[in-house]
Amino acid sequence: MENLVLQALSGLASASSLFLVASGLTVIFGVSRVVNFAHGSFYMLGAYLAYTLVTHLPRGHLGFWGGVIGAAVLVGLIGLAVEMLLLRRIYRAPELFQLLATFGVVLIVQELTQMIWGAQDLLGPRAPGLRGSAEILGLRFPLYELFLIGVGPVVLGLLVLLFRRTRWGTLVRAATQDREMVGALGVNQRMLFTSVFFLGSLLAGLGGALQLPRESVNLHMDLSIITEAFVVVVVGGLGSLTGAALAALLIGELHAFGILIVPKITLVLVFLVMALVLVVRPHGLLGKPEAAARGGQGSAEPVIGPAPAALRWLALAALGLAVVVPPFLGDYAISVLTELATAVLFAASLHLIMGPGGMASFGHAAYFGLGAYGAALAAQWLGAPMLAGLALAPLAAGVFGLVFGYFCVRLSGVYAAMLTLAFAQIAWSVAFQWVEVTGGDNGILGVWPDAWAAPKLVFYYLALALCLGATLLLRRVVHAPFGYALRAQRDSALRAEAIGIDAFRIRWLGFALAAAAAGIAGGLFAYGKGSVFPTYMGIPRSVDALLMVLLGGVQTLSGPIIGALAFTGLQEQLVRLTDLWRLILGAVIVLLVLFFPQGLAGATRARWEARHGDA
Amino acid sequence: MERAIGRRHILAGAGMAALAAPGIARAQGEPIRIGEINSYSAQPAFLQPYRNAWTLAQEQVNAAGGINGRRIETVFRDDAGRPEDAVRLAGELVNAEKVTLLAGGFLSNVGLALGDFANQNKKLFVASEPLTDALVWSKGNRYTFRLRASTYMQSAMLVEEAAKLPVKRWATVAPNYEYGQSAVRWFKELLGRARPDVQFVAEQFPALGRIDAGATVQALAAANPEAIFNVTFGADLTNFVRQGSTRGLFERRRVVSLLTGEPEYLDPLGDEAPEGWIVTGYPWEQIDTPAHTPFREAYRRRWNDYPRLGSVVGYDTVMAIAALLKKSPSLETEGLVDGMAGLQFQSVLGPVQFRAIDHQSTMGAFVGRTVLKNGKGAMADWRYADGKDYLPADDVVRTLRPQA
Amino acid sequence: MATLEVTGLEKSFGGVRAVQGVSFSVAPGEMLALIGPNGAGKSTCFNMLNGQLRPDAGAVRLLGQDITGLAPRQVWRLGVGRTFQITATFGSMTVLENVQMALLSHHRRLGGLWRPVARMDAAPARALLERLGMADQAARPCGILAYGDLKRVELAIALANEPKLLLMDEPTAGMAPQERVSLMALTAQIARESGIAVLFTEHDMDVVFSHADRILVLDRGRLIAKGAPAVVRADPRVREVYLGSGAVTGAH
Repeated sequence: MENLVLQALSGLASASSLFLVASGLTVIFGVSRVVNFAHGSFYMLGAYLAYTLVTHLPRGHLGFWGGVIGAAVLVGLIGLAVEMLLLRRIYRAPELFQLLATFGVVLIVQELTQMIWGAQDLLGPRAPGLRGSAEILGLRFPLYELFLIGVGPVVLGLLVLLFRRTRWGTLVRAATQDREMVGALGVNQRMLFTSVFFLGSLLAGLGGALQLPRESVNLHMDLSIITEAFVVVVVGGLGSLTGAALAALLIGELHAFGILIVPKITLVLVFLVMALVLVVRPHGLLGKPEAAARGGQGSAEPVIGPAPAALRWLALAALGLAVVVPPFLGDYAISVLTELATAVLFAASLHLIMGPGGMASFGHAAYFGLGAYGAALAAQWLGAPMLAGLALAPLAAGVFGLVFGYFCVRLSGVYAAMLTLAFAQIAWSVAFQWVEVTGGDNGILGVWPDAWAAPKLVFYYLALALCLGATLLLRRVVHAPFGYALRAQRDSALRAEAIGIDAFRIRWLGFALAAAAAGIAGGLFAYGKGSVFPTYMGIPRSVDALLMVLLGGVQTLSGPIIGALAFTGLQEQLVRLTDLWRLILGAVIVLLVLFFPQGLAGATRARWEARHGDA
Repeated sequence: MERAIGRRHILAGAGMAALAAPGIARAQGEPIRIGEINSYSAQPAFLQPYRNAWTLAQEQVNAAGGINGRRIETVFRDDAGRPEDAVRLAGELVNAEKVTLLAGGFLSNVGLALGDFANQNKKLFVASEPLTDALVWSKGNRYTFRLRASTYMQSAMLVEEAAKLPVKRWATVAPNYEYGQSAVRWFKELLGRARPDVQFVAEQFPALGRIDAGATVQALAAANPEAIFNVTFGADLTNFVRQGSTRGLFERRRVVSLLTGEPEYLDPLGDEAPEGWIVTGYPWEQIDTPAHTPFREAYRRRWNDYPRLGSVVGYDTVMAIAALLKKSPSLETEGLVDGMAGLQFQSVLGPVQFRAIDHQSTMGAFVGRTVLKNGKGAMADWRYADGKDYLPADDVVRTLRPQA
Repeated sequence: MATLEVTGLEKSFGGVRAVQGVSFSVAPGEMLALIGPNGAGKSTCFNMLNGQLRPDAGAVRLLGQDITGLAPRQVWRLGVGRTFQITATFGSMTVLENVQMALLSHHRRLGGLWRPVARMDAAPARALLERLGMADQAARPCGILAYGDLKRVELAIALANEPKLLLMDEPTAGMAPQERVSLMALTAQIARESGIAVLFTEHDMDVVFSHADRILVLDRGRLIAKGAPAVVRADPRVREVYLGSGAVTGAH
């Protein structure tokens, strides 16, 4: 009994920490609709800055708490700078494009943090006056954890006061509830966004700084917190502070008690919770339906027409090179080209649901990975030949696309995207944990092509044919009635329904089709690498796909192709050239975002149309 | 903190030397290239000291005349913790950079992916760090060798100590991935064999790098074990220790802990390092052997820092490769592989052999007790556990490893 | 037989009875206007007819078949076209493609993955646009069209499945006065030629009294008057509802 009480208190302390970070994220998202990947980086910076301040300021209460507050304010200012220098310039870009920019910031912060503070974990001092423990029901419980349990509700209370009692707070709430109204606020809009970013970043910094007496300060803090913070925000309902508090509480306590029953649940628990909540409540615990972002006409997506002649010739020339040149290249160059081919199909498959379908997915790697595992498991357990494995890959991915998609496509916007992430993480954890079948994180080895396809060049041509074929098929689908129906339900759900289009069915089938196509890419990738690992379905790979699509431009059909080539190629080159590849890749992404807010292909088309006077 | 020198600096230096003295360069012949792949951006805390020592070792080998007059040089690559990237980079190193052999690996799955690549492409792979037993046993192959003492070996070293403790109720805590799971599995199996009277009353598997330390500590305490076997390391360990000490988890309980004596993981704990834990590790400041002292001093001079265990691994990987290259008549892979089986070399920890039977080296580890000394953690009462004493009997090994 | 027959329609939101006991019918080729002050329940009533809202009680029959509670897309399949108060078209498609989509859906060809839309049902779509005087705009994206033209596109879309009934919610809202008259004249002409029953709501009393064959007046959820324009114009209750606005006389 005493143990259960203490377990509950431990859960409360974690919930409180989690809420601090999530509160900033939800406030920022509520107003600006920016999916801020850099929020975790701000959290990490808060911890590092607090470490430096606290260890340099005089010891004692003033030094410690001053250091913590100082770090939070500094992080707030960093957030403010990021908003003013970067995000402010791209609010008008297509949805989710800001995600690309904030990802660039993540990479830059990672590298700079390591340069400034070094690679070794740092252990900050404990909080003065809160070093020891209190006796509760005869058991010891850290004072600092008790303090943290208090901090969460206090911060929640202060924020609620701020939002209810001040004019600024009223504006923030108005903007959160009705995106269109932000525009009507006129001159205040810029100030509002900037100040909200300051507050949100400050909260992230505070969350990080307050971990100082509790956890080690290390370079993995950013990515380990960001997904959980997003889960809390989404489970609570986007933009809802009380919702975030409830969700943090739910997750903190489920975690604390979950490990008593199933210790290995830690891997997947938060995602199971998110999936369940979203299936039952499509807008989180306390969220409200988003006001339809696409009001009938307005800033409509561009018309998709046949490719202009110049582009056709360019594509043909590129294809010609891709066929003719490789025999003269080395094995490595050929394997890179093979990987590029799979990247193109992977990105193109995501683009089908993101562009024409109008649904974002944060978990598209699941289908890439399921394709890879489908092929690898068939090879390992059934001794299937390569072609059978490759046929099974899209089947496996497609079937799971149907199952997961059935739930995901009912939701909209970020909720749908986060549900795809939840399913992807569930699939990932099964691959990770079901050691007897999947080999766990050690993966499945020896998935090599059959003898006839073993030469790198032969396998390349096979990959090129399949990936190119599937990509062109997807392109064809976009021009066919099914693709039009996808765009129809995206453009106007009302009109689509009124002319007999079953939007759910179309989205569902579109999702499954994209999943199957990603599965082909995954299957080929598996045979190309000779092995399969859970990382194939991991979050980083899903993020890669998103980055490729956004970098290329979500509004053009050639966008994902250009984006995949640019992103994969850039990363491949940078990793070979320099140890500082993260810094440079991050900087390049930020610059591309600033100069090509419609993506590479989008910008090229805009320039083309300007010159050729399109209607 | 000083950063490791990038690959281009090294190559640029080599290039300048070649320009300055073309005659000598030609006489020495082309450098022998080693391809090294590791998760530098993902695991910098371990791998920076590793790479520093690698660089030091390479400089020493070259200063001493290289390999029969030829310099060695290393092309480093960062796999960012993704096995699939490691495989691509391995292809690059072999096909484009024309390296003679591959080395490296920190994460187990990266190590396994590289091992499989080596097997498929018939290239020698000297795995430095990955601990998974599968690397040399269930997934072992002709082309893969491993330097560091494996999960099994280190668990066996600790079981030897654990079996002497007058306790019966054990709890375990380990990161939820292959390394943590295997360590716990071996520990349970081996301790159960040595002490049939022990029982395991609780196990916790926090996600790697994301331990919810308060709840984990509380859950362990609730089972009221007499002793705890810990496998967490890095940030997880730090958070676990902090919560555990404040909540009194370690009082009147014995703790046996893998890797905790390594400076990588012990030093960040500072004056909060736990006392009296039985650990494997590396008491660098106390090892004054003819092999170790010069290494420690050279490392200090070169990097103005003390060596970590990663430094030993990096240094000895180069030394093992140098020893192999010196005795090999040619750089052709099959010959190198044959030479590697049974290769003996002088590591900074003592003489080490790469066993022909399973390609595992006999490098050992230090087993001792943690103490606080001058406000930081250290190891006391330690001894060097030679790896050759902690491997299963040959007939058992043959059943564990696919036999050609 | 009446094309549309509505009996005893009821709908409440919370405690508010938005529509109560509404019954009426529309005959083939007839233009029936549904008017009433703001908040009278016109839109609620409308949305129950094509399935966007499910009525609490009452029945909706199309050519004798009960369609109460069917989804909008099912109602559409039975031959009910619809235009919206705020136009809803596919902004990323051209005018022609918008009409093609309705035709393709009507012919159940939307599952196609191979043949490009460009070559499917283009001729009939063009013919429809021709009929509505929109042929020269066929290649323009709907996203950049003038509002009046969008209303015509919507009408073309609504006519694509050869409907028996056309539901038009404020068909002329937001249009210039001359445009309104021509659009409604065109609608009336098509309705009579093809025997389509048309039910429309409208704020502009000029439009109502010059184009409707009959008029229904809704106030606070109840039908308070129905009949020919002259009859409705003379009804004292209607005058009361619109008191002071002068709208019923047609003056502005």
